[in-house]
Amino acid sequence: MSWLICGTLPDPGLEILYGQATVQLQAGSALRPDTGAQMENPRSTEPDDKAELRDVLWLRQADGQEIALPINRGTAALASAAALVCAELGAPAPYLLLAGDRGTGKGSRLVYDYLLRHAADFAGWGITFHYLLPDVEWHNKLLNAFDALEPRPTLCADAGFMYVAKMSGHAAKYDLFTPDAGELAFLADEKAPHPFYTRGFLLAEEEKAPELAARAYEHANTASTMLIKGRTDYIVQAGKALESIDYPMVPNLEPIGGTGDTVAGTASALLSAGYPMLRACRLAAQANRFMGQLAQPSPATQIAELLAQLPGALQLALQEPQ
Amino acid sequence: MSFFDKLKNKLPLLSPGGAKEKPAGRGILLFEHTGEVIRAEKALKAAGFDVAVKAPPPALRTGCDLVIEFPLLMEPAVREVLLVRKLVPMRVCPLSDDLLEPVSLFQHKDYGAWLMVRAANMKITVDKASRRIVNVSGGGCPDVPYLASLLMGKSLDEAQIPLNKGQTLCGYALQLAFNEAKKSLL
Repeated sequence: MSWLICGTLPDPGLEILYGQATVQLQAGSALRPDTGAQMENPRSTEPDDKAELRDVLWLRQADGQEIALPINRGTAALASAAALVCAELGAPAPYLLLAGDRGTGKGSRLVYDYLLRHAADFAGWGITFHYLLPDVEWHNKLLNAFDALEPRPTLCADAGFMYVAKMSGHAAKYDLFTPDAGELAFLADEKAPHPFYTRGFLLAEEEKAPELAARAYEHANTASTMLIKGRTDYIVQAGKALESIDYPMVPNLEPIGGTGDTVAGTASALLSAGYPMLRACRLAAQANRFMGQLAQPSPATQIAELLAQLPGALQLALQEPQ
Repeated sequence: MSFFDKLKNKLPLLSPGGAKEKPAGRGILLFEHTGEVIRAEKALKAAGFDVAVKAPPPALRTGCDLVIEFPLLMEPAVREVLLVRKLVPMRVCPLSDDLLEPVSLFQHKDYGAWLMVRAANMKITVDKASRRIVNVSGGGCPDVPYLASLLMGKSLDEAQIPLNKGQTLCGYALQLAFNEAKKSLL
């Protein structure tokens, strides 16, 4: 299944970018990092420059132009994980739809507008929505457009778009949400319009994740499947925790920006490669943990340092008994 | 004495013990962008007004929203302060019901040499010895990656305050986590 990842990058000058993604972690081409300097801002580049860059996400546009995007956190981390996993599985590379946004919503609106105008192109695709400024009006227009498609796209949401999906009252129309503990409490709070307003009694310890998940389903405030990221990961459908994953335990992953994004990206890639929902979620959670185990990070490690281990981690996850 | 000063003298600014007026005495300021709310709150607090950011009433929510709750009788003075900063609210309404409060609980995780603080959906991790910010994670609004890039590698004392560049509720939550980390590592 073709897959589209939509989100933003923190570069206000960036207009709409659309194309297929590949990842270059080591200068030159390989998937292992070296000690070169990390790029700070997106830029188009000549092929000769490629040898100098590392930790970049390449976006190839329809006209053949390639744009190099820095991998740090957010949508770039999610897309990088998806691209790495697709490559490892021999699946087609994911498509990216990105615009620059530092929180004003300008770039997010460009993405919303592009999707609305091109909705028909994505019939039967999978779509992962990520760092977009929550806007209920735009969200509802998009959801109506996708609902009208045959076949309807598989819809996954994380980050800001998951917030607006819940706030719209249409969360149950989504196929997958990937919240962390703070976001789960928000989904469980039928009154909160954003995690910032989650009521205190719901900000419980992570052990209460299954209870909070049940509450989110009770009020139809979550997707048909939820992959909850935490000390223990849970896969939940219809209010019931069907699976839990708690090994290997790598506590240092939690503080590292982007480690939740890589779970969402890996799950998206596995769905794209044809894995059924529960298996894709379990493999994504497990691979992320193995990635941590292989990289042995500290709380100060950066996400690009971990991504090099993702292909090997996926192989370990695939060897686990089902 | 200006009209603004007269009003300030007539009305209590910060209620003793944090007691708030009844909703009937309060109003809300609505702006087009959350970034304007953040700047307006800063300006009004600096001017001594008893203001608080809250969630908009359900009928007025659009997505990533904040409103400013303020003493309704102070509206002219409040507008005066905002106008100086070229901030013009879209609407000013009386408040009839209690509004949802921002998150006020924090979670701390001790990683030995590092401390992680979570506020709502935002986490900030700091090297205890150097007070250097080593990671920012969580959040879902588009200013988070930008704010993270401004904070990473800086000490809590030299880092730019997230609200100075934040535009969204996630930016606001990051500010709360930043404040709490500073307080925890005094």
